[in-house]
Amino acid sequence: MGKLSTLLFSAALSTAVVAGASAQEQVKIGMLQGFTGPTESLVKPMALGGELAIKEVSDSGLLLGGREVVSVRGDSTCIDAAAATAAADRLVTSDGVHGINGATCSGATTAILNNVVRANGIVMISPSATSPALSEIEDDGYFFRTAPSDARQGQIIAEILDRRGIKSAALTYTNNDYGKGLADAIQAAYEAKGGKITAVAAHEDGKADYSAEIGTLASAGGEVLIVAGYLDQGGKGIIQASLDTGAFDKFVLPDGMVGEALTDNFGDMLDGSIGTNPGTDSPGASMLAELASGKGFKGDDPYVPEAYDASALLLLAMQSAGSTDSAVYKDHILKVANAPGEKIYPGELAKALQILADGGDIDYVGGTALELIEPGESAGSFRETEIKGGKWETEMYH
Amino acid sequence: MEILNALALFTNFVVVPATAYGAQLALGALGVTLIFGILRFANFAHGELMSFGTMITILVTWFLQNMGVSIAPFPTALLALPIGILAAISMALVMDRMVFRFYRKQRSNPIVFAIVSVGVMFLIAGIIRIVIGPADQSFADGERFIIGAIDSRRALGLDEGIAIKQSQLITVVVTAIVVAWLFWFLQKTRSGKAMRAYSDDEDLALLSGINPERVVMICWIIAAALAAIAGTLYGLDKTYKPFIFLQILLPIFAATILGGIGQPVGAILGAFIVAFSEVTVTYAFKKFLTYLGPTDWAPDGLVQLLSTDYKFAVSFIILVAVLLIRPTGIIRGKVI
Repeated sequence: MGKLSTLLFSAALSTAVVAGASAQEQVKIGMLQGFTGPTESLVKPMALGGELAIKEVSDSGLLLGGREVVSVRGDSTCIDAAAATAAADRLVTSDGVHGINGATCSGATTAILNNVVRANGIVMISPSATSPALSEIEDDGYFFRTAPSDARQGQIIAEILDRRGIKSAALTYTNNDYGKGLADAIQAAYEAKGGKITAVAAHEDGKADYSAEIGTLASAGGEVLIVAGYLDQGGKGIIQASLDTGAFDKFVLPDGMVGEALTDNFGDMLDGSIGTNPGTDSPGASMLAELASGKGFKGDDPYVPEAYDASALLLLAMQSAGSTDSAVYKDHILKVANAPGEKIYPGELAKALQILADGGDIDYVGGTALELIEPGESAGSFRETEIKGGKWETEMYH
Repeated sequence: MEILNALALFTNFVVVPATAYGAQLALGALGVTLIFGILRFANFAHGELMSFGTMITILVTWFLQNMGVSIAPFPTALLALPIGILAAISMALVMDRMVFRFYRKQRSNPIVFAIVSVGVMFLIAGIIRIVIGPADQSFADGERFIIGAIDSRRALGLDEGIAIKQSQLITVVVTAIVVAWLFWFLQKTRSGKAMRAYSDDEDLALLSGINPERVVMICWIIAAALAAIAGTLYGLDKTYKPFIFLQILLPIFAATILGGIGQPVGAILGAFIVAFSEVTVTYAFKKFLTYLGPTDWAPDGLVQLLSTDYKFAVSFIILVAVLLIRPTGIIRGKVI
């Protein structure tokens, strides 16, 4: 059904092309998302968010001397690599898109990247693929993402520890993919900064007693204990056992541990502990929510700002490069996304296009306070908090 | 000084937790061993019986807390415990009446009894999950520490502190009282003697006019009371979570078999051996050795025999080793 509708949709679009017969060729953006499969509910507003930016640019009449921009949808599914590759192939070879906003899931993204993007040399920006593996994959400079890698939080934590002069830490993680991935990321980033992880111990959720785990970690020592777990599960037990035995009294708590339930339970016993979780103080998110109101979707749904930013980046890079050729404008993506230049928020794309046309610089902020880091992925915005007097207090944003 | 620090460290992370854990296991193992001695089967429902008694204790504790009743600095749960014990006893007697008595009349094989007890285990587990749910419940109140880690560090003048929780002290004291009473009961009273006689030789006991149903009833009452006490102490010391009472069966059975099945002294001995093995084998001795040796001798590794993930494996190893080498246990008990 999904495929049929996309087919009809693209058929309708191509008729429009013929009928329009404008002097200039349309700019086509492939909206390659997981319309069917496990992400279908997530993707609906994401695609609308991505198309909102496309419409905004098209309506401005400023892109490359007033070219029209259209979105061509394709279904990347989420778990079917073959279907994702076929859909991407069709977008590139048959529809002739100039850039791709997608794909949704990390697996599909990897397949498309290897089979279509590199083979055809087309820029692809994923709004939601967060696997750390995509940071290392060979992409010939054609792949970007506006969502941060899961590994990014590890780097943020390493930076926080480094800044606060904490030289050694013990590390425990909940024994699943999330915990293990995060723990590996923290360890690698912290050791690269010269910090010392004294011991790494997994903990199972759902046990009554964590004194043995704490015994091990305490024996290894460390100034703080990093708990990559869940606040209503083993993570809480770990903290309880360390406070009971006096093993650790300061903790570093990644996103799974940040919540009121923890401070309600332990109160000011956790004072001085540090938390990190995704968050931004940028006004972009609320501006996008306002922009989306009345358009049938919510601008602050998960990955909607990322999708908006992905479309905007593609088009702004084209404007900056003065070309819709992927091989040319791929080198302009980082330039428009990062400083220096005029800060651009959602709804200000026309202004950005004008600045670029006049030869100026822009720093695209968008809905996610976007900052692209090597190798072309979002740095992500994280909030650093510290527990003071039994309350989470925001220290700063990263 | 360094030696004292090492000892304090070892006490804080091994001796204190293992002693409390051993005492909780001992109460559980005593119940299992009594049932085995009298009724001659391995009661898999014992863990859930502990859980059930604890659950009722928790419910009553909450009620008392709402009423504003408190015996601070002691935990309110101690006040509620007698009702938990009564509930566990009622549950045990009802189960015996409705399930086990039928098989006793049939003179069923011990293996049939063991399987039946697995069924009873699931039944009680289901009741518990319906009543209180599968989640974590915390019901400890009152003073948490006898002495905290930081205070003891100051008092001893050492780098390492010894934290002793009130729940740990209560566990050890209550266990000592209960065990002393149990031995007095088994050695000195008429009912206790009848139980021992019945356990030694059923037919001979029947010939000397001992009422078997009465012995069985007393046995269930004592085992259920021990279960409720053990579960509540475990919950006070750690946390109450219905799921763990299935896991705790393993160390309890290991302790029972290690000590010699049907031997109360053996159960206590076995419980402490299992508890100390679990904690010692999974403890990382790095810091301990660092205190003892010269500064530059500090080991790089953690000096840990087994990762804490394999804590339960210790019970398994003990279980298998005992069954292979000395199936009768330390104090010669029955062989299943």
